[in-house]
Amino acid sequence: MKRGAMNYDLQGIRSDFPILEREVRPGVKLVYLDSTATAQKPESVIQAMNEFYRRSNANIHRGVHVLAEEATALYEQARAVVARFINAASPKEVIFTRNATEAINLVAYTWARANIKAGELVVLTEMEHHSNLVPWQMLAAERGIRLEFIPLTAEATLDLEAYRMLLAQSPRLVSFTHMSNVLGTITPAAEIIRLAHEAGSVTLLDAAQSVPHLGVDVQALDVDFMAFSAHKMCGPTGIGVLYGKVRLLEATPPFLGGGDMIREVKLRSFRPNSLPHKFEAGTPAVAEAVGFDAAVAYLTRIGMGNIAAHEHSITEYAMERLEEVPGLRILGPTADKKGGVASFTLGGIHPHDVAQILDHYGIAVRAGHHCAQPLHERLGIPASTRASFYLYSTKQEVDALIDGLYQVRKVFE
Amino acid sequence: MDDLYREVIIDHYKNPSFRGRLDPHDISFADDNPLCGDHIQIDLRVGSDGTITDARFDGHGCAISQASADLLLESIIGKPLEDVKSMGKQDILDMLGIDLGPVRLKCALLSLKVLKAGVYGLGEAGDDLIE
Repeated sequence: MKRGAMNYDLQGIRSDFPILEREVRPGVKLVYLDSTATAQKPESVIQAMNEFYRRSNANIHRGVHVLAEEATALYEQARAVVARFINAASPKEVIFTRNATEAINLVAYTWARANIKAGELVVLTEMEHHSNLVPWQMLAAERGIRLEFIPLTAEATLDLEAYRMLLAQSPRLVSFTHMSNVLGTITPAAEIIRLAHEAGSVTLLDAAQSVPHLGVDVQALDVDFMAFSAHKMCGPTGIGVLYGKVRLLEATPPFLGGGDMIREVKLRSFRPNSLPHKFEAGTPAVAEAVGFDAAVAYLTRIGMGNIAAHEHSITEYAMERLEEVPGLRILGPTADKKGGVASFTLGGIHPHDVAQILDHYGIAVRAGHHCAQPLHERLGIPASTRASFYLYSTKQEVDALIDGLYQVRKVFE
Repeated sequence: MDDLYREVIIDHYKNPSFRGRLDPHDISFADDNPLCGDHIQIDLRVGSDGTITDARFDGHGCAISQASADLLLESIIGKPLEDVKSMGKQDILDMLGIDLGPVRLKCALLSLKVLKAGVYGLGEAGDDLIE
Protein backbone atom coordinates (compact mmCIF):
# COMPACT_ATOMS: atom_id res chain seq x y z
CA MET A 1 0.00 0.00 0.00
CA LYS A 2 1.43 3.34 -1.02
CA ARG A 3 1.90 6.02 1.57
CA GLY A 4 -0.05 9.14 0.77
CA ALA A 5 1.01 12.73 1.25
CA MET A 6 2.10 13.75 4.75
CA ASN A 7 3.00 10.14 5.58
CA TYR A 8 -0.60 9.04 5.89
CA ASP A 9 -0.22 5.45 7.02
CA LEU A 10 -3.51 4.09 5.66
CA GLN A 11 -2.65 0.44 6.25
CA GLY A 12 -1.51 1.24 9.78
CA ILE A 13 -4.75 3.08 10.42
CA ARG A 14 -6.85 0.26 9.02
CA SER A 15 -5.10 -2.25 11.23
CA ASP A 16 -6.27 -0.20 14.23
CA PHE A 17 -9.89 -1.00 13.35
CA PRO A 18 -10.57 -4.68 14.07
CA ILE A 19 -13.97 -4.70 12.37
CA LEU A 20 -12.45 -3.90 8.98
CA GLU A 21 -11.10 -7.45 8.84
CA ARG A 22 -14.52 -8.96 9.22
CA GLU A 23 -16.03 -11.29 6.65
CA VAL A 24 -19.71 -10.40 6.39
CA ARG A 25 -20.39 -13.50 4.32
CA PRO A 26 -18.12 -16.55 3.92
CA GLY A 27 -15.23 -15.29 1.83
CA VAL A 28 -16.69 -11.81 1.49
CA LYS A 29 -14.85 -9.09 3.35
CA LEU A 30 -16.56 -5.98 4.66
CA VAL A 31 -16.32 -2.88 2.49
CA TYR A 32 -17.62 -0.26 4.88
CA LEU A 33 -18.89 2.82 3.09
CA ASP A 34 -21.37 4.06 5.69
CA SER A 35 -19.25 6.16 8.07
CA THR A 36 -21.65 9.08 7.75
CA ALA A 37 -24.15 6.88 9.59
CA THR A 38 -21.62 5.80 12.18
CA ALA A 39 -17.86 5.51 12.24
CA GLN A 40 -15.96 2.36 13.12
CA LYS A 41 -13.97 2.32 16.36
CA PRO A 42 -10.23 1.86 16.80
CA GLU A 43 -8.94 -0.70 19.26
CA SER A 44 -7.73 2.06 21.60
CA VAL A 45 -11.30 3.32 22.10
CA ILE A 46 -12.61 -0.18 22.77
CA GLN A 47 -9.75 -0.84 25.19
CA ALA A 48 -10.22 2.44 27.05
CA MET A 49 -13.85 1.67 27.80
CA ASN A 50 -13.17 -1.91 28.82
CA GLU A 51 -10.27 -0.79 31.05
CA PHE A 52 -12.53 1.73 32.72
CA TYR A 53 -15.02 -1.00 33.59
CA ARG A 54 -12.23 -3.34 34.65
CA ARG A 55 -10.36 -0.89 36.90
CA SER A 56 -11.98 2.46 37.56
CA ASN A 57 -15.73 2.10 37.39
CA ALA A 58 -17.60 4.14 39.95
CA ASN A 59 -20.19 6.86 39.99
CA ILE A 60 -18.87 10.38 39.60
CA HIS A 61 -18.95 13.73 41.38
CA ARG A 62 -20.03 12.41 44.74
CA GLY A 63 -17.90 9.69 46.23
CA VAL A 64 -14.64 10.28 48.06
CA HIS A 65 -13.20 6.81 47.63
CA VAL A 66 -10.40 6.04 45.18
CA LEU A 67 -12.57 4.65 42.42
CA ALA A 68 -14.96 7.60 42.59
CA GLU A 69 -12.08 10.04 42.35
CA GLU A 70 -10.57 8.18 39.39
CA ALA A 71 -13.88 7.97 37.57
CA THR A 72 -14.61 11.64 38.18
CA ALA A 73 -11.15 12.64 36.99
CA LEU A 74 -11.52 10.56 33.83
CA TYR A 75 -14.94 12.00 33.07
CA GLU A 76 -13.87 15.60 33.56
CA GLN A 77 -10.67 14.96 31.64
CA ALA A 78 -12.78 13.77 28.72
CA ARG A 79 -14.71 17.01 28.89
CA ALA A 80 -11.51 19.04 28.83
CA VAL A 81 -10.13 17.01 25.93
CA VAL A 82 -13.27 17.54 23.87
CA ALA A 83 -13.27 21.24 24.73
CA ARG A 84 -9.70 21.56 23.46
CA PHE A 85 -10.56 19.58 20.31
CA ILE A 86 -13.14 22.18 19.29
CA ASN A 87 -11.16 25.08 20.79
CA ALA A 88 -13.86 26.00 23.27
CA ALA A 89 -12.81 28.79 25.65
CA SER A 90 -13.57 26.60 28.65
CA PRO A 91 -14.65 23.03 29.48
CA LYS A 92 -17.71 24.60 31.12
CA GLU A 93 -19.00 25.19 27.61
CA VAL A 94 -19.06 21.46 26.80
CA ILE A 95 -22.27 19.77 27.91
CA PHE A 96 -22.34 16.00 27.46
CA THR A 97 -25.62 14.78 25.99
CA ARG A 98 -26.74 11.49 24.49
CA ASN A 99 -25.96 12.65 20.94
CA ALA A 100 -26.26 15.61 18.54
CA THR A 101 -30.02 15.14 18.32
CA GLU A 102 -30.42 15.52 22.08
CA ALA A 103 -28.11 18.53 22.02
CA ILE A 104 -30.33 20.30 19.48
CA ASN A 105 -33.44 19.35 21.45
CA LEU A 106 -31.79 20.76 24.56
CA VAL A 107 -31.46 24.16 22.88
CA ALA A 108 -35.03 23.96 21.56
CA TYR A 109 -36.49 23.01 24.92
CA THR A 110 -34.53 25.45 27.06
CA TRP A 111 -32.92 28.43 25.36
CA ALA A 112 -35.45 28.69 22.52
CA ARG A 113 -38.48 28.11 24.76
CA ALA A 114 -37.31 30.88 27.10
CA ASN A 115 -36.21 33.35 24.43
CA ILE A 116 -38.36 32.98 21.32
CA LYS A 117 -41.93 34.25 21.37
CA ALA A 118 -44.90 33.48 19.14
CA GLY A 119 -44.55 34.98 15.71
CA GLU A 120 -40.78 35.26 15.97
CA LEU A 121 -38.61 33.59 13.36
CA VAL A 122 -36.21 30.64 13.32
CA VAL A 123 -34.21 30.22 10.11
CA LEU A 124 -33.26 26.68 9.02
CA THR A 125 -32.30 25.29 5.60
CA GLU A 126 -33.79 22.99 2.98
CA MET A 127 -31.07 20.41 3.50
CA GLU A 128 -31.32 19.84 7.23
CA HIS A 129 -31.32 16.44 8.89
CA HIS A 130 -34.57 15.68 10.66
CA SER A 131 -32.84 16.26 13.98
CA ASN A 132 -32.45 19.93 13.08
CA LEU A 133 -35.99 20.22 11.72
CA VAL A 134 -38.36 18.33 13.96
CA PRO A 135 -37.45 19.99 17.28
CA TRP A 136 -38.23 23.37 15.68
CA GLN A 137 -41.44 22.06 14.15
CA MET A 138 -42.48 20.87 17.58
CA LEU A 139 -41.68 24.27 19.03
CA ALA A 140 -43.57 25.98 16.21
CA ALA A 141 -46.64 23.85 16.89
CA GLU A 142 -46.43 24.48 20.61
CA ARG A 143 -45.44 28.17 20.71
CA GLY A 144 -46.43 29.58 17.34
CA ILE A 145 -42.89 30.48 16.29
CA ARG A 146 -42.28 30.87 12.55
CA LEU A 147 -39.92 28.74 10.51
CA GLU A 148 -38.28 29.75 7.23
CA PHE A 149 -35.70 27.90 5.18
CA ILE A 150 -32.57 28.97 3.31
CA PRO A 151 -33.11 27.40 -0.10
CA LEU A 152 -30.67 25.27 -2.09
CA THR A 153 -29.15 26.48 -5.32
CA ALA A 154 -29.01 24.28 -8.41
CA GLU A 155 -25.38 23.62 -7.47
CA ALA A 156 -26.50 22.10 -4.14
CA THR A 157 -25.15 24.97 -2.05
CA LEU A 158 -27.06 27.40 0.14
CA ASP A 159 -28.59 30.44 -1.53
CA LEU A 160 -26.93 33.24 0.41
CA GLU A 161 -28.92 35.94 -1.35
CA ALA A 162 -32.11 34.35 -0.12
CA TYR A 163 -30.49 34.04 3.32
CA ARG A 164 -29.83 37.78 3.43
CA MET A 165 -33.47 38.42 2.70
CA LEU A 166 -34.52 36.11 5.51
CA LEU A 167 -32.17 37.96 7.88
CA ALA A 168 -34.04 41.15 7.09
CA GLN A 169 -36.96 39.60 8.96
CA SER A 170 -34.90 39.65 12.19
CA PRO A 171 -34.79 35.97 13.11
CA ARG A 172 -34.03 35.03 16.71
CA LEU A 173 -32.12 31.91 15.74
CA VAL A 174 -30.33 30.59 12.66
CA SER A 175 -29.83 26.84 12.94
CA PHE A 176 -28.04 25.09 10.09
CA THR A 177 -25.84 22.20 9.08
CA HIS A 178 -22.10 22.59 8.64
CA MET A 179 -21.95 19.61 6.29
CA SER A 180 -24.90 17.85 4.69
CA ASN A 181 -25.12 14.14 5.43
CA VAL A 182 -26.71 13.59 2.00
CA LEU A 183 -25.08 16.07 -0.38
CA GLY A 184 -21.80 16.44 1.47
CA THR A 185 -22.13 20.18 0.94
CA ILE A 186 -19.90 22.14 3.31
CA THR A 187 -21.65 25.38 4.15
CA PRO A 188 -19.83 28.72 4.61
CA ALA A 189 -20.48 28.57 8.34
CA ALA A 190 -18.30 31.49 9.40
CA GLU A 191 -20.02 33.82 6.98
CA ILE A 192 -23.51 32.58 7.82
CA ILE A 193 -22.78 33.09 11.52
CA ARG A 194 -21.29 36.54 10.98
CA LEU A 195 -24.33 37.66 8.99
CA ALA A 196 -26.65 36.20 11.60
CA HIS A 197 -24.89 38.11 14.36
CA GLU A 198 -25.07 41.33 12.36
CA ALA A 199 -28.83 40.77 12.15
CA GLY A 200 -29.00 40.20 15.90
CA SER A 201 -29.61 36.47 15.72
CA VAL A 202 -28.22 33.61 17.78
CA THR A 203 -26.71 30.68 15.86
CA LEU A 204 -26.75 26.89 16.23
CA LEU A 205 -24.50 24.70 14.12
CA ASP A 206 -25.33 21.07 13.40
CA ALA A 207 -21.75 19.83 13.31
CA ALA A 208 -22.56 16.11 13.39
CA GLN A 209 -20.59 15.58 10.17
CA SER A 210 -18.10 18.45 10.33
CA VAL A 211 -16.44 17.86 13.72
CA PRO A 212 -15.59 14.24 12.76
CA HIS A 213 -14.47 14.92 9.20
CA LEU A 214 -13.15 18.47 9.04
CA GLY A 215 -12.45 19.57 12.60
CA VAL A 216 -14.14 22.72 13.90
CA ASP A 217 -12.88 25.74 15.86
CA VAL A 218 -15.83 27.23 17.74
CA GLN A 219 -14.02 30.43 18.64
CA ALA A 220 -12.94 31.05 15.05
CA LEU A 221 -16.54 30.51 13.94
CA ASP A 222 -17.88 32.51 16.87
CA VAL A 223 -20.84 30.13 16.89
CA ASP A 224 -23.24 30.32 19.83
CA PHE A 225 -24.34 26.67 20.05
CA MET A 226 -23.00 23.58 18.35
CA ALA A 227 -24.08 19.93 18.37
CA PHE A 228 -22.16 16.76 17.52
CA SER A 229 -21.97 13.06 18.41
CA ALA A 230 -19.11 10.81 19.51
CA HIS A 231 -20.16 7.81 17.47
CA LYS A 232 -19.59 9.58 14.16
CA MET A 233 -16.00 10.37 15.14
CA CYS A 234 -14.74 6.93 16.14
CA GLY A 235 -16.19 7.20 19.65
CA PRO A 236 -18.91 5.12 21.26
CA THR A 237 -22.65 5.55 20.84
CA GLY A 238 -24.59 7.13 23.69
CA ILE A 239 -22.61 10.34 24.13
CA GLY A 240 -22.59 13.63 22.29
CA VAL A 241 -21.96 17.29 22.92
CA LEU A 242 -23.81 20.54 23.10
CA TYR A 243 -21.28 23.33 22.96
CA GLY A 244 -22.61 26.71 24.10
CA LYS A 245 -21.05 30.06 24.92
CA VAL A 246 -20.83 30.49 28.68
CA ARG A 247 -22.97 33.61 28.88
CA LEU A 248 -25.74 31.94 26.84
CA LEU A 249 -25.69 28.74 28.87
CA GLU A 250 -25.66 30.69 32.13
CA ALA A 251 -28.81 32.52 31.06
CA THR A 252 -30.55 29.31 29.96
CA PRO A 253 -32.88 27.36 32.27
CA PRO A 254 -32.06 23.70 33.03
CA PHE A 255 -33.16 20.86 30.74
CA LEU A 256 -33.67 17.61 32.60
CA GLY A 257 -34.13 17.72 36.35
CA GLY A 258 -32.62 15.36 38.85
CA GLY A 259 -29.39 14.41 40.52
CA ASP A 260 -26.16 16.28 39.89
CA MET A 261 -27.73 19.24 38.09
CA ILE A 262 -28.64 20.71 41.47
CA ARG A 263 -26.75 22.71 44.05
CA GLU A 264 -29.36 22.31 46.75
CA VAL A 265 -32.72 20.51 47.04
CA LYS A 266 -35.53 21.08 49.51
CA LEU A 267 -38.88 19.31 49.49
CA ARG A 268 -40.52 21.90 47.31
CA SER A 269 -37.67 23.68 45.57
CA PHE A 270 -34.16 23.35 44.19
CA ARG A 271 -31.26 25.51 43.14
CA PRO A 272 -29.56 24.48 39.92
CA ASN A 273 -25.90 23.66 39.76
CA SER A 274 -23.32 25.75 37.95
CA LEU A 275 -22.06 25.01 34.45
CA PRO A 276 -21.67 22.50 32.98
CA HIS A 277 -23.37 20.28 35.55
CA LYS A 278 -26.60 22.29 35.38
CA PHE A 279 -27.35 20.50 32.11
CA GLU A 280 -26.25 16.99 33.04
CA ALA A 281 -28.89 15.28 35.14
CA GLY A 282 -28.45 11.81 36.60
CA THR A 283 -25.57 9.43 36.16
CA PRO A 284 -24.03 10.19 32.76
CA ALA A 285 -22.41 7.88 30.21
CA VAL A 286 -19.11 7.74 32.07
CA ALA A 287 -17.49 4.84 30.23
CA GLU A 288 -18.60 6.44 26.97
CA ALA A 289 -16.91 9.69 27.97
CA VAL A 290 -13.72 7.71 28.50
CA GLY A 291 -14.16 6.18 25.04
CA PHE A 292 -14.82 9.63 23.60
CA ASP A 293 -11.57 10.89 25.12
CA ALA A 294 -9.69 8.03 23.48
CA ALA A 295 -11.36 8.72 20.13
CA VAL A 296 -10.37 12.38 20.22
CA ALA A 297 -6.83 11.36 21.14
CA TYR A 298 -6.75 8.95 18.20
CA LEU A 299 -7.98 11.53 15.69
CA THR A 300 -5.65 14.19 17.09
CA ARG A 301 -2.66 11.87 16.78
CA ILE A 302 -3.34 11.38 13.07
CA GLY A 303 -4.32 15.02 12.61
CA MET A 304 -7.67 16.33 11.39
CA GLY A 305 -5.94 18.08 8.48
CA ASN A 306 -4.45 14.77 7.34
CA ILE A 307 -7.76 12.98 7.76
CA ALA A 308 -9.64 15.63 5.79
CA ALA A 309 -7.02 15.53 3.04
CA HIS A 310 -7.16 11.75 2.77
CA GLU A 311 -10.95 11.76 2.76
CA HIS A 312 -10.94 14.41 0.08
CA SER A 313 -8.68 12.40 -2.20
CA ILE A 314 -10.87 9.31 -1.79
CA THR A 315 -13.99 11.37 -2.48
CA GLU A 316 -12.51 12.90 -5.62
CA TYR A 317 -11.54 9.45 -6.85
CA ALA A 318 -15.00 8.12 -6.02
CA MET A 319 -16.70 10.88 -7.94
CA GLU A 320 -14.49 10.28 -10.99
CA ARG A 321 -15.29 6.56 -10.97
CA LEU A 322 -18.99 7.05 -10.24
CA GLU A 323 -19.24 9.34 -13.25
CA GLU A 324 -18.17 6.41 -15.45
CA VAL A 325 -21.22 4.33 -14.53
CA PRO A 326 -23.98 4.72 -17.15
CA GLY A 327 -27.22 6.07 -15.75
CA LEU A 328 -25.64 7.17 -12.48
CA ARG A 329 -26.41 10.68 -11.27
CA ILE A 330 -24.35 12.03 -8.38
CA LEU A 331 -26.18 14.39 -6.03
CA GLY A 332 -24.57 17.38 -4.43
CA PRO A 333 -21.94 19.93 -5.35
CA THR A 334 -18.56 19.54 -7.03
CA ALA A 335 -15.80 17.77 -5.11
CA ASP A 336 -14.22 21.01 -3.93
CA LYS A 337 -17.35 22.01 -2.04
CA LYS A 338 -18.12 18.75 -0.33
CA GLY A 339 -16.95 16.37 2.35
CA GLY A 340 -16.67 12.60 2.07
CA VAL A 341 -20.23 11.79 1.03
CA ALA A 342 -21.36 10.52 -2.37
CA SER A 343 -25.10 10.12 -2.74
CA PHE A 344 -26.48 9.09 -6.09
CA THR A 345 -29.34 7.64 -8.09
CA LEU A 346 -28.79 4.82 -10.58
CA GLY A 347 -31.20 4.95 -13.49
CA GLY A 348 -34.63 3.82 -12.38
CA ILE A 349 -33.27 1.23 -9.96
CA HIS A 350 -34.55 1.78 -6.47
CA PRO A 351 -31.87 2.56 -3.87
CA HIS A 352 -33.06 -0.32 -1.70
CA ASP A 353 -32.36 -2.71 -4.53
CA VAL A 354 -28.97 -1.11 -5.18
CA ALA A 355 -27.98 -1.37 -1.54
CA GLN A 356 -29.26 -4.92 -1.25
CA ILE A 357 -27.23 -6.17 -4.19
CA LEU A 358 -24.14 -4.28 -3.03
CA ASP A 359 -24.58 -5.97 0.35
CA HIS A 360 -24.24 -9.30 -1.40
CA TYR A 361 -20.67 -8.22 -2.22
CA GLY A 362 -20.02 -7.09 1.34
CA ILE A 363 -20.40 -3.42 0.46
CA ALA A 364 -22.19 -1.41 3.13
CA VAL A 365 -23.90 1.69 1.83
CA ARG A 366 -27.11 3.35 2.91
CA ALA A 367 -30.36 3.66 0.99
CA GLY A 368 -33.40 5.78 1.66
CA HIS A 369 -33.82 9.41 2.52
CA HIS A 370 -31.06 9.48 5.15
CA CYS A 371 -33.22 11.38 7.63
CA ALA A 372 -33.67 14.20 5.13
CA GLN A 373 -37.09 13.72 3.56
CA PRO A 374 -37.64 17.41 2.76
CA LEU A 375 -34.29 17.51 0.97
CA HIS A 376 -35.25 14.53 -1.17
CA GLU A 377 -38.58 16.13 -1.95
CA ARG A 378 -36.70 19.25 -3.03
CA LEU A 379 -34.45 17.08 -5.23
CA GLY A 380 -37.51 15.40 -6.71
CA ILE A 381 -36.58 11.87 -5.71
CA PRO A 382 -38.07 9.53 -3.09
CA ALA A 383 -34.73 8.08 -2.04
CA SER A 384 -31.04 7.84 -2.87
CA THR A 385 -28.09 5.54 -2.29
CA ARG A 386 -25.26 6.94 -0.19
CA ALA A 387 -21.63 5.87 0.03
CA SER A 388 -19.48 7.71 2.55
CA PHE A 389 -15.78 7.76 3.37
CA TYR A 390 -13.58 8.31 6.38
CA LEU A 391 -9.99 8.09 7.56
CA TYR A 392 -9.79 4.34 6.87
CA SER A 393 -11.37 4.29 3.37
CA THR A 394 -9.32 3.08 0.41
CA LYS A 395 -9.39 3.47 -3.35
CA GLN A 396 -9.80 -0.31 -3.61
CA GLU A 397 -13.04 0.03 -1.68
CA VAL A 398 -14.22 2.62 -4.18
CA ASP A 399 -13.30 0.21 -7.00
CA ALA A 400 -15.31 -2.52 -5.30
CA LEU A 401 -18.28 -0.15 -5.11
CA ILE A 402 -18.06 0.58 -8.83
CA ASP A 403 -17.78 -3.12 -9.71
CA GLY A 404 -20.80 -3.73 -7.50
CA LEU A 405 -22.78 -1.02 -9.27
CA TYR A 406 -22.08 -2.64 -12.64
CA GLN A 407 -23.44 -5.88 -11.16
CA VAL A 408 -26.56 -4.04 -10.02
CA ARG A 409 -27.11 -2.76 -13.54
CA LYS A 410 -26.73 -6.30 -14.88
CA VAL A 411 -29.44 -7.66 -12.59
CA PHE A 412 -31.89 -5.04 -13.75
CA GLU A 413 -31.22 -4.75 -17.45
CA MET B 1 -26.73 -14.32 -8.53
CA ASP B 2 -28.21 -13.37 -5.24
CA ASP B 3 -30.80 -15.42 -3.44
CA LEU B 4 -32.75 -12.26 -2.71
CA TYR B 5 -33.06 -11.30 -6.32
CA ARG B 6 -34.15 -14.67 -7.56
CA GLU B 7 -35.52 -14.58 -11.03
CA VAL B 8 -39.06 -14.70 -9.76
CA ILE B 9 -38.67 -11.26 -8.16
CA ILE B 10 -36.89 -9.66 -11.11
CA ASP B 11 -39.37 -11.25 -13.49
CA HIS B 12 -42.44 -9.96 -11.65
CA TYR B 13 -40.77 -6.59 -11.28
CA LYS B 14 -39.90 -6.21 -14.95
CA ASN B 15 -42.92 -7.96 -16.42
CA PRO B 16 -45.79 -7.64 -14.01
CA SER B 17 -49.06 -9.20 -15.08
CA PHE B 18 -51.27 -7.12 -12.87
CA ARG B 19 -50.01 -3.59 -13.27
CA GLY B 20 -52.62 -1.02 -14.19
CA ARG B 21 -55.89 0.50 -12.99
CA LEU B 22 -59.44 -0.86 -12.90
CA ASP B 23 -62.31 1.32 -13.93
CA PRO B 24 -64.91 0.63 -12.70
CA HIS B 25 -63.72 -0.89 -9.46
CA ASP B 26 -65.36 -1.91 -6.20
CA ILE B 27 -62.44 -1.30 -3.87
CA SER B 28 -59.51 1.03 -4.26
CA PHE B 29 -56.80 2.00 -1.80
CA ALA B 30 -53.26 3.35 -1.86
CA ASP B 31 -50.42 3.81 0.58
CA ASP B 32 -46.74 4.66 0.77
CA ASN B 33 -43.70 3.50 2.54
CA PRO B 34 -42.47 7.03 3.18
CA LEU B 35 -39.15 5.77 4.45
CA CYS B 36 -38.08 4.91 0.94
CA GLY B 37 -40.75 6.18 -1.41
CA ASP B 38 -42.47 2.91 -2.31
CA HIS B 39 -46.04 3.61 -3.38
CA ILE B 40 -48.78 1.02 -4.10
CA GLN B 41 -52.32 1.57 -5.33
CA ILE B 42 -54.66 -1.43 -5.56
CA ASP B 43 -58.01 -1.64 -7.38
CA LEU B 44 -60.32 -4.64 -6.98
CA ARG B 45 -63.48 -5.87 -8.66
CA VAL B 46 -65.65 -8.07 -6.48
CA GLY B 47 -68.44 -10.32 -7.70
CA SER B 48 -71.88 -10.49 -6.09
CA ASP B 49 -70.81 -13.67 -4.32
CA GLY B 50 -67.93 -11.85 -2.62
CA THR B 51 -65.24 -13.31 -4.89
CA ILE B 52 -62.44 -11.17 -6.24
CA THR B 53 -62.92 -11.19 -10.00
CA ASP B 54 -60.14 -8.83 -11.00
CA ALA B 55 -57.30 -6.88 -9.43
CA ARG B 56 -54.71 -4.37 -10.51
CA PHE B 57 -51.88 -2.53 -8.79
CA ASP B 58 -50.13 0.66 -9.74
CA GLY B 59 -47.22 2.49 -8.16
CA HIS B 60 -43.48 2.78 -7.97
CA GLY B 61 -40.72 1.61 -5.74
CA CYS B 62 -38.16 -1.06 -5.17
CA ALA B 63 -38.19 -4.43 -6.89
CA ILE B 64 -39.41 -6.22 -3.79
CA SER B 65 -42.37 -3.93 -3.19
CA GLN B 66 -43.55 -4.06 -6.79
CA ALA B 67 -42.89 -7.77 -7.32
CA SER B 68 -44.74 -8.76 -4.16
CA ALA B 69 -47.71 -6.64 -5.28
CA ASP B 70 -47.82 -8.56 -8.57
CA LEU B 71 -47.49 -11.93 -6.83
CA LEU B 72 -50.09 -10.98 -4.24
CA LEU B 73 -52.73 -9.99 -6.77
CA GLU B 74 -52.02 -13.13 -8.79
CA SER B 75 -52.79 -15.17 -5.67
CA ILE B 76 -56.11 -13.55 -4.79
CA ILE B 77 -57.93 -13.64 -8.14
CA GLY B 78 -60.92 -15.95 -7.76
CA LYS B 79 -60.66 -16.03 -4.00
CA PRO B 80 -63.29 -14.78 -1.58
CA LEU B 81 -62.73 -11.31 -0.22
CA GLU B 82 -62.92 -12.73 3.29
CA ASP B 83 -59.75 -14.76 2.64
CA VAL B 84 -57.78 -11.55 2.33
CA LYS B 85 -58.58 -10.67 5.91
CA SER B 86 -56.71 -13.69 7.18
CA MET B 87 -53.60 -13.15 5.04
CA GLY B 88 -50.46 -12.18 6.86
CA LYS B 89 -46.70 -11.71 6.77
CA GLN B 90 -45.97 -15.41 6.31
CA ASP B 91 -48.10 -15.65 3.19
CA ILE B 92 -46.05 -12.93 1.52
CA LEU B 93 -42.77 -14.52 2.59
CA ASP B 94 -43.93 -17.90 1.27
CA MET B 95 -44.87 -16.28 -2.04
CA LEU B 96 -41.52 -14.57 -2.40
CA GLY B 97 -39.69 -17.65 -1.22
CA ILE B 98 -37.00 -15.73 0.65
CA ASP B 99 -36.05 -14.42 4.06
CA LEU B 100 -36.17 -10.69 4.56
CA GLY B 101 -34.64 -8.37 7.11
CA PRO B 102 -36.90 -5.85 8.85
CA VAL B 103 -36.25 -3.01 6.41
CA ARG B 104 -37.02 -4.98 3.22
CA LEU B 105 -39.90 -6.74 5.00
CA LYS B 106 -41.70 -3.42 5.05
CA CYS B 107 -41.24 -3.18 1.29
CA ALA B 108 -42.65 -6.66 0.78
CA LEU B 109 -45.63 -6.11 3.05
CA LEU B 110 -46.73 -2.76 1.67
CA SER B 111 -49.06 -4.27 -0.94
CA LEU B 112 -50.68 -6.54 1.63
CA LYS B 113 -51.22 -3.58 3.94
CA VAL B 114 -52.86 -1.64 1.12
CA LEU B 115 -54.99 -4.62 0.13
CA LYS B 116 -56.21 -5.29 3.64
CA ALA B 117 -56.88 -1.64 4.35
CA GLY B 118 -58.95 -1.46 1.20
CA VAL B 119 -60.83 -4.62 2.07
CA TYR B 120 -61.53 -3.49 5.63
CA GLY B 121 -62.63 -0.14 4.30
CA LEU B 122 -60.24 1.69 6.57
CA GLY B 123 -58.99 5.23 6.20
CA GLU B 124 -55.45 4.20 6.99
CA ALA B 125 -53.30 1.11 6.71
CA GLY B 126 -51.76 0.46 10.11
CA ASP B 127 -48.92 -1.95 10.77
CA ASP B 128 -51.17 -4.03 13.02
CA LEU B 129 -52.98 -5.24 9.90
CA ILE B 130 -49.96 -7.39 9.17
CA GLU B 131 -49.38 -10.04 11.74
